[in-house]
Amino acid sequence: MCLAVPMKIIEINENRTGIAESGGVSRKVNLKLLDDCAVGDYVIIHAGFAIEKLNEEQAAKSVALFDELVQVMSGTQVQSR
Amino acid sequence: MKYVDEFRNSDVAAAMLCEIAKLAAALDKPVNIMEVCGSHTMAIARHGIREALPANINLISGPGCPVCVTEAGYIDAAVELGKQGVVPATFGDMLNVPGSKSSLAKFRAEGGRVEICYSPDSAVELAEKAPNTQIVFLAVGFETTVGPAVSVIDSSINKNLGNLSILTAFKQIMPALEALSSDPEIRIDSFLCPAHVSAIIGADAYKPFAEKYRIPCVIAGFEPLDILYGIIGILKQIQAGTATVENQYSRVVKAEGNVRARSFINTYLETADAWWRGIGIIPQSGLSLRQEFENYDAAVRFDVKIQRGDQDKRCQCGNVLKGKIRPDQCGMFANVCTPENPVGPCMVSSEGTCAAYFKYGRVIG
Ligand code: SF4
Repeated sequence: MCLAVPMKIIEINENRTGIAESGGVSRKVNLKLLDDCAVGDYVIIHAGFAIEKLNEEQAAKSVALFDELVQVMSGTQVQSR
Repeated sequence: MKYVDEFRNSDVAAAMLCEIAKLAAALDKPVNIMEVCGSHTMAIARHGIREALPANINLISGPGCPVCVTEAGYIDAAVELGKQGVVPATFGDMLNVPGSKSSLAKFRAEGGRVEICYSPDSAVELAEKAPNTQIVFLAVGFETTVGPAVSVIDSSINKNLGNLSILTAFKQIMPALEALSSDPEIRIDSFLCPAHVSAIIGADAYKPFAEKYRIPCVIAGFEPLDILYGIIGILKQIQAGTATVENQYSRVVKAEGNVRARSFINTYLETADAWWRGIGIIPQSGLSLRQEFENYDAAVRFDVKIQRGDQDKRCQCGNVLKGKIRPDQCGMFANVCTPENPVGPCMVSSEGTCAAYFKYGRVIG
């Protein structure tokens, strides 16, 4: 029920519905539960409804944090050798 | 896929597992981490995370699969509505949930009509197309699903549909965490908090809880790196002796959550006690329709009561949901009880703990 891959909004229609796409699959989405959103935004979809927007800046921060961890870990491995 | 592949990188996973091993080696006693949400349970099983962790880190599955905590009596009421000629419309994974005597799948096999919906909006479309048929959407789920499900009422009112109502069995996660944390028989050191429920309730919702019970709460996404990083965050807190809320899924979860979704929910629903299958009543853990909308409550409209149902006494779903036993410690697991022939609700949904253990490997721990 909760399978949720971020999808990109590619179309917004009247009455707060739209079309979202990911990996070549597109799907109708209800946008009623979001304050605002625009074409090009990534959203999390649950049961046909966008429940939240994805914050691209925060996503990049997480990825940077992971990279840092890999560097630190490979550093400690080198030292212990 | 963007925002998916970055969170599945195996080099990063290897580095994270190294870090976890280091942190685990410094622990003076085993750590019990409960993943509350069924989607976490499924992701952990699918990616083999439980097996990859050091032996002193136990991941325990919690009660966060809405299908699994749906009372037998609720299924009985849905079947009863079907028998009255009302058409239940539901998410597919509700079909095989055993009621006291029957299930929606059995009712269907006997010629009854049940409609499967991908989205609650499908129920609205059904009602629009067949104005002379009464449609009831089976409204189960946690905070994430509540908004979409309640939208059925909103649409029913706006489109002036006289043939659409809902049968509610909504659940709220915080009271369940409180109940688990107050149970002296259960020892949970930390919670891996659900990703998308948190998107609605917000990271701040866990603060009073983390303080009161002195339990670290880490909100993590559903991808493997999210989960591993979540475990690192938890172990660091345990090492440091802190108990705070850490929002690692900040790409989706805001401190305040989705305010619009919550106010939408509050328009139609109010907090009520709820019965959790295998667990019992947890005070104030449900949501029911406000009195002014009771016309849209199928139980009122068709005078059907949701009573305590019966279930197979041998099923230990309650203990599984509370993390007291693992599925393979239930005598029926994988012999009498299988996804094709589930005895209890934990074996039904792909998010159910028993079903996840069955599908992705049974020798655990
Ligand atoms: S294996 Fe089946 S019978 Fe046993 S606890 Fe799980 S669902 Fe219930």
